[in-house]
Amino acid sequence: MTLGGFILRRLLALVPTVLGVTILVFFLIHLIPGDPARTILGNQATPARIALVRHDLGLDQSLPVQYEKFMARLAHGNLGTSLFYNVGAGRLVLQRLPVTLWLLGFGTLLSLLLAVPLAALAATRRDTIADHVVRAVPLVGLGFPAFWVGTMLTLLFALNLGRAFPVGGYGSGFFGHVHSMFLPALTVALGIAPILIRSLRASLLEVFESEYVTTARSKGISERRVLVRHALRNAIVSTVSVLGVNVAYLIGGTLIVEQVFAVGGAGQLMIDSINARDFPVVQAVTFVFAIMVVLTYLITDVVHALLDPRVRFD
Amino acid sequence: MAVAAEAVVEAQIVEHRRGFRRRWYRTPSFVAGISILGVIVLLAIFAPLVSHSPTYQDLLSQLQGPSWHHPLGTDDLGRDVWARLVYGARTDLHIAFLAVLFPFCIGTLLGLLAGYFGGWLDLIVGWLVNTVVAFPFFVLIIALAYAMGPGSRSIYIAITIVGWVSYARIVRGEVLVAKRREYVLAARSAGLSNSRIMFRHLLPNVVTQAIVFSMSDIVLDILAIVTLGYLGIGVQPPTADWGQEIAEGRGYLTTHWELATVPGIAVVVTALALALIADGLADLLRPE
Amino acid sequence: MSTTPLLRVEDLRVEFPLARGVLRAVDGASFSVEAGQALGLVGESGSGKTMALRALLGLLPRTARLAGGSIEIDGVQVVGAGEATLRRLRGRTASMVFQEPMTALNPVLRVGDQIAETPMVRLGLSRRKARERAIELMRMVGIADPVRRAEAYPHELSGGMRQRVVIAIALSGEPKLLLCDEPTTALDVTIQDQILKLLAGLRADLGVSVVFVSHDLAVIAQTCQHVAVMYAGQVVEQGPIETVFREPHHPYTLGLLRSVPDFDVVREHLSAIPGLPPDLASPPPGCRFHPRCAFARTECTHDPIPLLDLGGRTARCLFHEECAAEARREPVVARA
Repeated sequence: MTLGGFILRRLLALVPTVLGVTILVFFLIHLIPGDPARTILGNQATPARIALVRHDLGLDQSLPVQYEKFMARLAHGNLGTSLFYNVGAGRLVLQRLPVTLWLLGFGTLLSLLLAVPLAALAATRRDTIADHVVRAVPLVGLGFPAFWVGTMLTLLFALNLGRAFPVGGYGSGFFGHVHSMFLPALTVALGIAPILIRSLRASLLEVFESEYVTTARSKGISERRVLVRHALRNAIVSTVSVLGVNVAYLIGGTLIVEQVFAVGGAGQLMIDSINARDFPVVQAVTFVFAIMVVLTYLITDVVHALLDPRVRFD
Repeated sequence: MAVAAEAVVEAQIVEHRRGFRRRWYRTPSFVAGISILGVIVLLAIFAPLVSHSPTYQDLLSQLQGPSWHHPLGTDDLGRDVWARLVYGARTDLHIAFLAVLFPFCIGTLLGLLAGYFGGWLDLIVGWLVNTVVAFPFFVLIIALAYAMGPGSRSIYIAITIVGWVSYARIVRGEVLVAKRREYVLAARSAGLSNSRIMFRHLLPNVVTQAIVFSMSDIVLDILAIVTLGYLGIGVQPPTADWGQEIAEGRGYLTTHWELATVPGIAVVVTALALALIADGLADLLRPE
Repeated sequence: MSTTPLLRVEDLRVEFPLARGVLRAVDGASFSVEAGQALGLVGESGSGKTMALRALLGLLPRTARLAGGSIEIDGVQVVGAGEATLRRLRGRTASMVFQEPMTALNPVLRVGDQIAETPMVRLGLSRRKARERAIELMRMVGIADPVRRAEAYPHELSGGMRQRVVIAIALSGEPKLLLCDEPTTALDVTIQDQILKLLAGLRADLGVSVVFVSHDLAVIAQTCQHVAVMYAGQVVEQGPIETVFREPHHPYTLGLLRSVPDFDVVREHLSAIPGLPPDLASPPPGCRFHPRCAFARTECTHDPIPLLDLGGRTARCLFHEECAAEARREPVVARA
């Protein structure tokens, strides 16, 4: 199968999932106990306003009709209107998205910088003290709440120890971003690194103890060549898989971190909208995040297929 | 024939349990985890006996350091920090342990059915799984909890809707493997009904992995509860909750940093205990 | 007759340290191979034959330990040798053919590149020359359309072709000694035959020596001139295949021969060897086979039995004469 064919097949397989996502997002508003319109308006509720909101949100019609309208609007890229700002919810989210993507990218980079060397260390020195220490990291690390880690990092590096980093914000210019986003990205990285370390170590061990590495050694080539040309290629394939599987967790982590450091990304928009009772925006952000995850699964699959010849010929 | 097949399965289950009973105290991770968790749970249960009220506001003694009367000092509303810590354990652990049951049962059931029957049922369950998994964990939990309003009821429902997926996957995987084992084939050829095979024979063997996972799942649930509390859409004041306490403590990072730090440490220690138990259980329940 | 053997193994010991003691997978095995010869190493699983083979090139699993003895390949001592010495030997003096071709090949590299690696790195050939060499080797091992096949990945080839690739890799360094670890066990019977014929042909054409590990007596009989029978980590009988199979001097060999159905001879009954192989962490005292042996007497249960030199062959049995007599009485191998 060609690469194009592979991508097409994957895209088609994603359609039911995307459909499911829209249904779930659609139903969010109907999970609200009591009258959604009244709850959304909160203490601004008057009968007139309630009726208006009900009509706006299409709540005065039957479910299937509502869903139809929802999907129709979606097809036109309309994710609803913000009750707070009175602009398209989708537009709001897209405005804030670059910050989130920055955080995601930076966080992933830092997590790899942390996880890969540690996992490699543990795998090459199996059952030594170094290995046991590294294996303890996921044990302890997975219990750290992201918002607490962010707060602690703020305490340590933004408020003390020379105040090297700002307490929050996005900064301006590339290096401004790097500076301001370092602590948030580190928080995200520390959130996912334990999982990566555990999975990577297992994958690397599997590679090191595989028969084809023994075959490579039996050729009498240098150990470094064995590692780089044989072990590493296969290890990278596993790494991509591991990253892909955990991307949903990664994206979820950015949400809270954004709020803790007030960087103004899409995640923070969601929290702010929750506090401002701006339901359409909450819905929109949820939807966008899900689509991001789905896209990332697709990209991971494609990269995996590029690296591992076995996958393409499924 | 049916009796023979059952006898085989019974023998296997007994083998499992005997091995467990014999070895649990020799598995260091399990023992360590149970001990730590035991202390925390005991403190939580006997909270009224080991501390003062967590909600009583003594506005004359705000933000005080540790003293005889207040072992960990007081917070900005004059409440005893130690009491809030212990009652926070009470709240959060109580919800977490309860919240893990619904996803466990629903997920295990769906995984069992999907794995055993395959076909359309498997496709539909698979579709549901893929849909839920497309959402980042916290995003969906927060959205659901927000939609359903504050309070613990929303937390239970949100965790159930999001959490059943892992159990379904695990159990389904185990069933697919176990389906081909001799004891199942024997039971089928003996003419046992599907439900009998599923619940009497398959379930005891496939559920062990789900049980091991549930320990890690409780950690996730605690994190979810605490995060929701931090954001203000979970457990509502005045009920004590670690997440709230960290949020409240943030305002005093420069002067009283322990207010935000200590509840977090409590979460970490609890999570560590549960992770150790999960590790130990995985070791113990691993087939020889 | 006293040419230095290409491979000389003496009193080889391979151990696995366990929680409950030490598992001696190979406990004092000795055998040798002359230039151009094929030696079969035969035994059940757990006899130590695979570990003995792996020890020859220092390719033991991580948890195993080479605990003693001497291994001389082309005059070079392997036991206690440094990595550099071992690496020099591997691929050029001796190379291995593995059992499972699917796992022995790197899944993400093309087979042509995998075959060309040793010529390029060890023989110093240019990339293009190494490529040509690889195609030549593929032709030699009987892979049709080698130019196209060289671009394939392992999973695109059939089991038999993959094994041919593994053999090509083993030959690519022009070794003098080929160490084969059950190379046909994972293949279909028809493919098995092809591969065995291929190996025999290569040996005749290239003059390489072969050590062939297998549990299958028929396979060994087809490919080797000499055989060493292993049991519980030791060599219990060694000699030319003709003589050993026609008139075994060890009860274990006799038992093995009797338990194999042979289409050429219709025998009265097939007999399996009673009992189970011993626990290698605590083997029985005296002769390790005595609990399962029909000829065992009290002398067999005390001291370890030495390998007796019977002139041109060896056997580790005090009652080897009786065993041979029994074999003559009801022969297993009828033809010459």
